[in-house]
Amino acid sequence: MDKELIVIPCSGIGKPYGEISRQAVYELLEDIRPEQVETVCLGRLMIRDPEVLEKLQNGFVITVDGCAKDCALKNVEATGKKVDKAVRTLEVFKEHRDLKPEGVLNLGEAGYTLAHYLAEKLSGEVECLAKEE
Amino acid sequence: MPGATEISRDLKPFKIGIVPCNGEEICAGSVTRFACRKVLDELRKGKTVTICLPLFIAGDKGEQQFASRFPTITVDGCDKRCSAISTERLSGKPSYSIVVTDLLKDKGLTLSESPRVLSETDKQAVDIIAEEIAKKVDELLGEAGDA
Repeated sequence: MDKELIVIPCSGIGKPYGEISRQAVYELLEDIRPEQVETVCLGRLMIRDPEVLEKLQNGFVITVDGCAKDCALKNVEATGKKVDKAVRTLEVFKEHRDLKPEGVLNLGEAGYTLAHYLAEKLSGEVECLAKEE
Repeated sequence: MPGATEISRDLKPFKIGIVPCNGEEICAGSVTRFACRKVLDELRKGKTVTICLPLFIAGDKGEQQFASRFPTITVDGCDKRCSAISTERLSGKPSYSIVVTDLLKDKGLTLSESPRVLSETDKQAVDIIAEEIAKKVDELLGEAGDA
């Protein structure tokens, strides 16, 4: 894959789904698709960091949002970059309603399992984009 | 005024908004998050609220209005100061701005490389940063009480 693939979680801090989005991206980056995918701080988009903006313009972007407010998606699109795929944590949660995260940041076993399922879903999206290229 | 109902000023409790950066790329970003939640859930429960930076920037009026009406403390993982800059742009200058890496440098503490899992030293850093935020919260609440 020639183009860089950037996956950006919302990292919301009010509910566990923000942390699940973050942990799923770390699992994708470190365990499932190392050297194929990277992330950038969402905050750097907010201050229009030129290095990050250039990276976004030249790569594929997947956003991962913890809730329907779609903050990661909105913040990327506010830079003028069209997101290639927008994923919501809740899509995975709906399929595994028995898994209840323990805390907002300390997710517990159930929360980390949800993050794992989300990471697998993201890996599938990466594969789709790689085929499109 | 006879017959008038006195409205207690206590109806609106004075709270401090804490705005952590996202910091996905670095360990200091994760330390920031855990420290802010520690203040919110344990150290100054009921006196603080966290403001979700991406939601704030995405144009959420509730978050922006809170930050423009109440004092804020921004907590940034690194000296890019994304949270401080964004807060100032949208809701006015924060009352305090904390940069985790600067504060830890002063304390002689070095964080691990991983933003994913916190080491024992990283957890120690969380406690230090949380205490610093709590101290600033007290200062601001003290100032409000003096007014």
